[in-house]
Amino acid sequence: MTGSSLMQRFAPGRVLVWLLLLAGGLLMLTPLLFMFSTSLKDSADIYDLRLIPAAPTLDNYKTVLSDGRFLRWFWNSLAIATIVTLSNVFFDSLVGYTLAKFQFRGRYLVFLAILSTLMIPTEMLVIPWYVMAKNFGWLDSYWGIMFPGMMTAFGTFLMKQFFETVPNDFLEAARVDGLNEFAIFWRIALPLVTPALSALAIFTFLSNWTAFIWPLIVTTSKELYTLPVGLASFAVESQIQWELIMTGAALATIPTLAVFLLLQRYIVRGVVLAGLKG
Amino acid sequence: MTANTEVARSSGRLWQGLTLQQKQVVWAWGFLAVPILFYGLIRFYPTVEAFVISTTNWNLMNSPSFVGLANFKRLMADPVFWQVFRNTFLYLIIGTPLSLVLAFTIAYHLDRVRFMHGFIRALYFLPFLTTATAMAWVWRWFYQPVPIGLINDVISSLGFSQQPFLRSTTQALPAVLAPAIWAGLGFQVVIFLAGLRAIPTTYYEAARIDGVSDFAILRKITLPLLKPTIIFLVVFSSIGFLRIFDQVYNMTSGDPGGPLNATKPLVLMIYQTAFSSFDMGYAAAQTVVLFLVLLCVSLLQLRLLRDR
Repeated sequence: MTGSSLMQRFAPGRVLVWLLLLAGGLLMLTPLLFMFSTSLKDSADIYDLRLIPAAPTLDNYKTVLSDGRFLRWFWNSLAIATIVTLSNVFFDSLVGYTLAKFQFRGRYLVFLAILSTLMIPTEMLVIPWYVMAKNFGWLDSYWGIMFPGMMTAFGTFLMKQFFETVPNDFLEAARVDGLNEFAIFWRIALPLVTPALSALAIFTFLSNWTAFIWPLIVTTSKELYTLPVGLASFAVESQIQWELIMTGAALATIPTLAVFLLLQRYIVRGVVLAGLKG
Repeated sequence: MTANTEVARSSGRLWQGLTLQQKQVVWAWGFLAVPILFYGLIRFYPTVEAFVISTTNWNLMNSPSFVGLANFKRLMADPVFWQVFRNTFLYLIIGTPLSLVLAFTIAYHLDRVRFMHGFIRALYFLPFLTTATAMAWVWRWFYQPVPIGLINDVISSLGFSQQPFLRSTTQALPAVLAPAIWAGLGFQVVIFLAGLRAIPTTYYEAARIDGVSDFAILRKITLPLLKPTIIFLVVFSSIGFLRIFDQVYNMTSGDPGGPLNATKPLVLMIYQTAFSSFDMGYAAAQTVVLFLVLLCVSLLQLRLLRDR
């Protein structure tokens, strides 16, 4: 490294920019830090706004978790987000693959039809969905929460873009070997688009984990609430007990933060892939 | 020999008789069968249904009665709707440019940082992974008056008077918007960083050799080449702000929509009309308006950004 580039590297301006970026980043984290800090405070200490609690305690966590409802909401969210994600990963890639790799009349029409649903906001569909769920007896059930999201146009579009980059020779070779079309999709094509699959899985899981308006509409009994809906109801009924609300909020946030810290690289890459292709 | 095996054998013969091309067509439609059923039943039929319901008067109990455009006329005469319409556009026209300028400034500088790059990026990105419901309550707590709220505590310790925030008709909307911007910023930063990374460095090197200033490089090279990323983020984030709901619902529960509806966005109005008042036709009319607004905004933005 030459002297001038070293000088440039540690020029006061660049150090200042770096410090500003770090300060901004820490500022972004303040709500999370104070949430955790308050969740560790005794109800008498919440007026003490110091970040590090004087006498940290896990009592709030014990109170919230021993309630039982919270764990139930947690499992509801986990089960629903997982099933919807698996369904999306399977169907979106199957449709994306078919539209990318098969030649048949009507292909472009099917693609356009699916893509056109991106223009329709969910809010417009919630009323018909609610009526449908009511007529079919799906209100207040897992299936009722899940059915609208089992496939998405966004996922289909993402997967189609990626399958188009898979060389046809691979698929032809498998065809010559006598594999049927589903086996070619499942065993040859799908493993070749793993980055796209993980992007789709991350996006779908995150958006279902945090989904609010539809679960709020379709569920009425507390046992079926997802975590965000449960948290909203919980916060209203214990309106003055900020330390318990913060504990609930922390418990809803910890899983995604933990997964992020473990899979940081894949999550950022997944978001970029999904964002840029979408 | 049973009829079943007879059928199986003849269909087997039929399959053998198909050309490779024909078999492919059968496979393709086989793969698409369930998805086509899904899109038809869960996307297209409800879309048509929403338009149909918007022309009826219906409380879910009686059978719907056709009222033509009466719901839309009622909407035009409803002062709450115009307040809500105004709020929704305020979320859009404050939220989108503010978050994009912030995100671009951060990404532009972070792109050149090598030291602890990943760590700083993670700091900005973490809020994107949180649940809006949970964070709405954290922010709500921040905005509380003095013995509890952090922001007012800081303000008053600096010698200024306390602010009412969520209790004020003028401050409530920005107070609700702040967490929405905060939560989405990391996503935009990451997408901008990816866009900046995709610009070939040779362009920059050539410009430096020609002695072009940093600001000129930004204006003449970086921003034009970043256009696809900018289009994506503008459309993505304005649709997000036009559909804002989770933050508002959770920060103003108890007084939904804030004092004098000061924070109420269109989606909250739709939710209340449909699922508190069960005025389904009127709510459906509101969803049709939301749909038209979203359509216009995305078409307009695509047009403007393409022409430039």
